[in-house]
Amino acid sequence: MPYIAHDAAETAAMLAAVGVERLDQLFDEIPPVLQVQDMALPEGLSEMALQRELEGRALANAPLRCFAGGGAYAHHIPAIVWEIAGRGEFYSAYTPYQAEASQGTLQVIYEYQSFITRLTGLEVSNASLYDGASGLAEACLMALRIQGGDKSILVPENLLPGWRRVLDSVLGLQDIRLVSVPYDRATGTLILPADAGDAAALIIPQSNALGLLEPVDALTDWAHAHGLLAIAVVNPLALALLKAPGVWGTQGADMAVGEGQPLGIPLSGGGPYFGFLACRKAQVRQLPGRLVAKTVDGQGREGFCLTLQAREQHIRRGKATSNICTNQGLMVTAATIHMAALGGYGLQQTAVLCHERAVRLRELLAGVPGVSLPYGGAFFHEFVVRLPHAAVAVRDALLGYGLLAGLPLSDWGMGEAGDLLVCATELLEEADLLAYRGALTSVLETL
Amino acid sequence: MSDSIFDHDHHVPAVALPSDIPAALLRKTPLNLPNPAELEVLRHYTRLSQKNFSIDTQFYPLGSCTMKYNPRIAHTMAALPGFARLHPDTPAQGMQGLLQVLWELQEWLAATTGMAAVSLTPAAGAQGELAGVAMIRAYHAAHGDHGRRKMLIPTAAHGTNPASAQMAGFDVVEIPNLADGDLDMAFLDQHLGPDIAGIMLTNPSTLGVFERRITEIAARVHGAGGLLYYDGANLNAILGRVRPGQMGFDAMHLNLHKTFATPHGGGGPGAGAVAVQERLRPFLPLPVVAREAAGALRWLDEGDLPRSIGRLSAHGGNIGVLLRAHAYLRRLGRAGVGRVSAYAALNANYLLRELQRVGYQAAFPERRASHEFILSVSDLQKATGIRALDVAKRLLDFGIHAPTVYFPQLVPECLLIEPTETESKATLDRFVTVMAQIRREALEQPELLREAPHHLPVGRLDEALAARRLDVAGGL
Repeated sequence: MPYIAHDAAETAAMLAAVGVERLDQLFDEIPPVLQVQDMALPEGLSEMALQRELEGRALANAPLRCFAGGGAYAHHIPAIVWEIAGRGEFYSAYTPYQAEASQGTLQVIYEYQSFITRLTGLEVSNASLYDGASGLAEACLMALRIQGGDKSILVPENLLPGWRRVLDSVLGLQDIRLVSVPYDRATGTLILPADAGDAAALIIPQSNALGLLEPVDALTDWAHAHGLLAIAVVNPLALALLKAPGVWGTQGADMAVGEGQPLGIPLSGGGPYFGFLACRKAQVRQLPGRLVAKTVDGQGREGFCLTLQAREQHIRRGKATSNICTNQGLMVTAATIHMAALGGYGLQQTAVLCHERAVRLRELLAGVPGVSLPYGGAFFHEFVVRLPHAAVAVRDALLGYGLLAGLPLSDWGMGEAGDLLVCATELLEEADLLAYRGALTSVLETL
Repeated sequence: MSDSIFDHDHHVPAVALPSDIPAALLRKTPLNLPNPAELEVLRHYTRLSQKNFSIDTQFYPLGSCTMKYNPRIAHTMAALPGFARLHPDTPAQGMQGLLQVLWELQEWLAATTGMAAVSLTPAAGAQGELAGVAMIRAYHAAHGDHGRRKMLIPTAAHGTNPASAQMAGFDVVEIPNLADGDLDMAFLDQHLGPDIAGIMLTNPSTLGVFERRITEIAARVHGAGGLLYYDGANLNAILGRVRPGQMGFDAMHLNLHKTFATPHGGGGPGAGAVAVQERLRPFLPLPVVAREAAGALRWLDEGDLPRSIGRLSAHGGNIGVLLRAHAYLRRLGRAGVGRVSAYAALNANYLLRELQRVGYQAAFPERRASHEFILSVSDLQKATGIRALDVAKRLLDFGIHAPTVYFPQLVPECLLIEPTETESKATLDRFVTVMAQIRREALEQPELLREAPHHLPVGRLDEALAARRLDVAGGL
């Protein structure tokens, strides 16, 4: 029996101790009409047969050189990251409610919180949310709690559309109004709104969905001048290069939220990733999710424990800051090890490499006949190219060359039909970039 | 003094920042993270791991959490490059292998729960709950039934239930349980009316017993126009034997990180797939995997399900967790799922009897245990002042993780104990021996418990100091 240890004699002895004869009798309080003896499931497989079947399924996914981003990025993950994160003591542990038996996980979270606060320039980071998009929804709810009253949220039209849809779903349940902030179609960056209306907060994406860098200082100052909170949406790897949200404008952004996947998390078809959320200490009581603090035991020994749990659902129930319980713990463990393994230097070096590869690729692709660059602004590692054919068709044709060439903006209802969002990371070497240019040239000649 | 990663920092040259990005947008100072050597990183985090209890190293009878063995084959399969390196925006023709796995999991979870349709996208139980109650809200709204604002929830329910209902815009009404553990039907009747959206129930309940009148409850709630939501936290108790769909539930979530053996990972990630009856299918959260007539698989989107409650995360959900759950279910197969609940129930009922034999008091002694049960140590508290927390902390000294304590709150000084089916009789017998010793210690040397744990890296921590000082980031 897979994963069950009992032999017949042990089962019999245990049944006798309970005072029943058969396993079925253990369910004698359940009305017989509700009990079924069979279900439409396949027969079980041996581990060997299971492995064979799933290896076949894995091979049925095309191995593609990845030039796609849009919120999920292909990066190198040092071997030690998952070697350690996969250790049973991390992998199979529960939420660290019993602090004395969970000092490993708790210290990892404390170090994670420390790293995130340094990346974002803010004072407090929680222990993670499900992903960047759901984290942004939580940040908006947090902003509304801080600001009080029946207010709206200003949402840029160049926020990743997948994130906008999550805001629509989650905030829509509480009838919260989302007011769109348009972007300049010529530059791809945000236009300062004429007035703030009754908004509680402005979302500021750095980079935006087109890969472009926004004038974050001016946007943050505008938000504060109108009494709004500034919610920064950031890529944590980009923060190794870019100005930290905590020092945007004259006062700094109030919250920073983002997708943690670039920090050592495999692409894995879309998850599990993790969302990070950082804020000012003055607003920590409105922060959703778990938080770890350093303290001491009765003998004065340093230790770590979960803190301010009265914010959470297991204590406050319907009045909690969020319903979140299970978060993305193991992803945070991996991200912490990843950040430590690369170090501050390695993270900066990786970010610089991503940027240099993207600059080079953009230059190469712009040289392909018929290809143009619709936006001229600064970017981190993603940019838009405008193709002379529908980007969807070009993307599909390039699959045949073993390339995932990017994301057609038409899939998002943005830009023009020929617009393709392309990403380059440190994984791509010069030969890969040249191969992309060659393949694109061939495809455009034949389409 | 604990070892800090910030103690391992070597001086490295500054990285030159790109000159083509305006200086105003760049970092003003180098990124202030430590730069340890790889061996230092390896040792630091390996040593930290050794300060944890885990299923792989300790018995973990944590009620309501289903801490069963996490088969390693599932981890190995999820890490295959064909899955791990797959970008979420790969066109469907490039991810047929993954979509096949997800489609099968949807089908199998529907068969297991007796429901018509499944969405795998919720990232955890609480997000599944939110999706579930949002579907109930959308269903009523689609029928022009806008006055249904009240969600009924037992007082003993998991805290996520009222929190999720609140996030979905409902007013929560708590329903008490009777002394025998079943729901108070008279109270239920008083609150059924045209303003009822539905009821959220766990069955077996958080009290560790099966709600015997569930079909009657379903009839009354449906009669009042409400829908029933099933919190799948305790599905391990009935897996392969009783289907929530047949009990009368309209929507539910499954905690794949409990029932389907995916790891808890020190707090996550989980997966909270939702399953619904046919009438709620149009409202499922996106994306969902569908199989075309020709056999090709693709993601359904807003165009396919225009009345969907929408998306809960940027991509498809916790795919890596879903891959693990699929591997586990495929390994068990139709014969294996029933054994899960049978041996989970056997272990729980055996442990309950043995602990009663050595002097512990059951909260519901007349009831059959489900896959878990509640003890109360109120007798110890009266005799010596020893509390459930003290028993829990003393267990840690014996290399056994503490049971869940003080939940559900309506049983004073309670321990909620769930052994799961993957523990052997020998492990349970040792637990009984240890619990018997702790009971003797409580009566003879209570200070031994009050000061426990004695043999862990730290003793009981000053939580008030932690909250007051709020040192939540450091290393400077």
